[in-house]
Amino acid sequence: MSESGGQSANVVAEQLRGWNANAVSEVIEFHGETTIVVPRELLRAAAEYCRANLQFNYLSDATSLDRFPIEPRFELNYHLVSIPNRSKIRLRTRVSGADPVVDSVVPVWPGAGWMEREIYDLMGIRFNGHPDLRRILLPDDWEGHPLRRDYPTEGFRDVPATFLPGFKK
Amino acid sequence: MTTVETATGAAKTMVLNMGPQHPSTHGVLRVALELDGETIVKAVPDLGYLHTGIEKSCEHKTYSQAITLTDRMDYLNPLGNNLVYCLAVEKLLGLEVPKRAQYIRVMMVELQRISSHLVWLGTHAIDMGAMSVFLYCFREREEILKIFERFAGQRMMTSYIRIWLARLQNVGKIKLEDAIAYSMSGPTLRAAGLAHDNRKIFPYSSYEEFRFDVPTRTDSDCFGRYMVRVAEIRESLKIVEQAMAKITDQGPIRTEAPGIIPPEREKMKTEMEALIYHFKIFTEGFSPPPGDAYVAIESPRGELGCYIASDGSPKPLRCHFRAPSFVNLQALPRIIEGQLLADVIACIGTIDIVLGDVDR
Repeated sequence: MSESGGQSANVVAEQLRGWNANAVSEVIEFHGETTIVVPRELLRAAAEYCRANLQFNYLSDATSLDRFPIEPRFELNYHLVSIPNRSKIRLRTRVSGADPVVDSVVPVWPGAGWMEREIYDLMGIRFNGHPDLRRILLPDDWEGHPLRRDYPTEGFRDVPATFLPGFKK
Repeated sequence: MTTVETATGAAKTMVLNMGPQHPSTHGVLRVALELDGETIVKAVPDLGYLHTGIEKSCEHKTYSQAITLTDRMDYLNPLGNNLVYCLAVEKLLGLEVPKRAQYIRVMMVELQRISSHLVWLGTHAIDMGAMSVFLYCFREREEILKIFERFAGQRMMTSYIRIWLARLQNVGKIKLEDAIAYSMSGPTLRAAGLAHDNRKIFPYSSYEEFRFDVPTRTDSDCFGRYMVRVAEIRESLKIVEQAMAKITDQGPIRTEAPGIIPPEREKMKTEMEALIYHFKIFTEGFSPPPGDAYVAIESPRGELGCYIASDGSPKPLRCHFRAPSFVNLQALPRIIEGQLLADVIACIGTIDIVLGDVDR
């Protein structure tokens, strides 16, 4: 069952290649979903091409994934929907742990604003050109990025008891 | 107090803190509002008060164990959260669910949509100063909750008193192109004029077999969002009725998938192989092949998505939820800036956020 609808996935990949020969580094088909991997430097331009020329006018979701200790450890996944064509595609780019920076797609889809803030907050990937890149779910003074695979689920630090009256250390 | 240039000249503004303990923010949402008199110049939402790290916790649970965490995100739509998560895991596994089970799922999530819209209607009515609506809504919701307990029968009554009309019309407008650009979904998007509903456009769980309308409005204000939700309650009832007619008394509700779906109790007690499967499923779990899947359903609040990546182990490498409340809330400053302070309550109310869904 393909969810790519009338506009077949390979057509999207071909059009991206036609626009820029280096735009598509890999096409992955899995369970009817198509993932187009684009180089990090071309992400924003490829996103803009998808929106302006291929009618992917709706950014459904943006999320990240950590494959630590494999490098490049981070993957960014943008789930695009074309409302006119009733089709879906996933744009992916890979980012290394040494330089976790990528161009923001907020200029393409303003809705990416909070999605990228969430990724920055929890995964520690920074977005160039984001208008308001601050933590969103965790407090500003939080240390670390909990969704990284090398950040433990439990036992990261002691819970301070000093703020409880009558429990002075 | 600071001085800013506004449309009507220089003005002294003040910053007012709203929430996180404010009844009309529907949970622990904080919005810092910069005000020129009663007009909002700037709004900065502040979230995370209910962040519990659900996505992180999922990575340390087996696929089956993580289901219980999903209940706790959008707590007015736990069945929908379960559904989107299960659909994503089933996609990773390549599992097909029997028709009868799909119809049961449809019935349950539609009843859930009604109960969720009832909670929205009741609490929003209180925001607007109508107390009795809340009591009617919760009385009816109680019946649905009883159905969830019994999983049979249905009852429904809609009683809405429109005393808050004047506070909703032409308040909190957003243009359709902005709603799309800000990735809004659900009744907020449909009230802006677009019949975008994942049940119709990318059907799941046999929704393509059901006849129902996708209510839309073009006023794109608080009243439009109100009317869309009330109309959706009727459409959900249609779907539940059709599912009741379609479903058969007999037939499997479990998929045949040894090693993933626990064997029946009788078999587990009498067959060696079934016992081994039972043991393996509940100790080690099951392992989908490496790869990833994104599934999106139409929750009462909009597009609820679940992205799961598997590395071939019994625990998800990454489990991400695309929360409709989170994404819709992003447009709040755009909706309320330039509006009056009192209208913030109507706007937050008709976006219909659940903070568990925002913060996860």
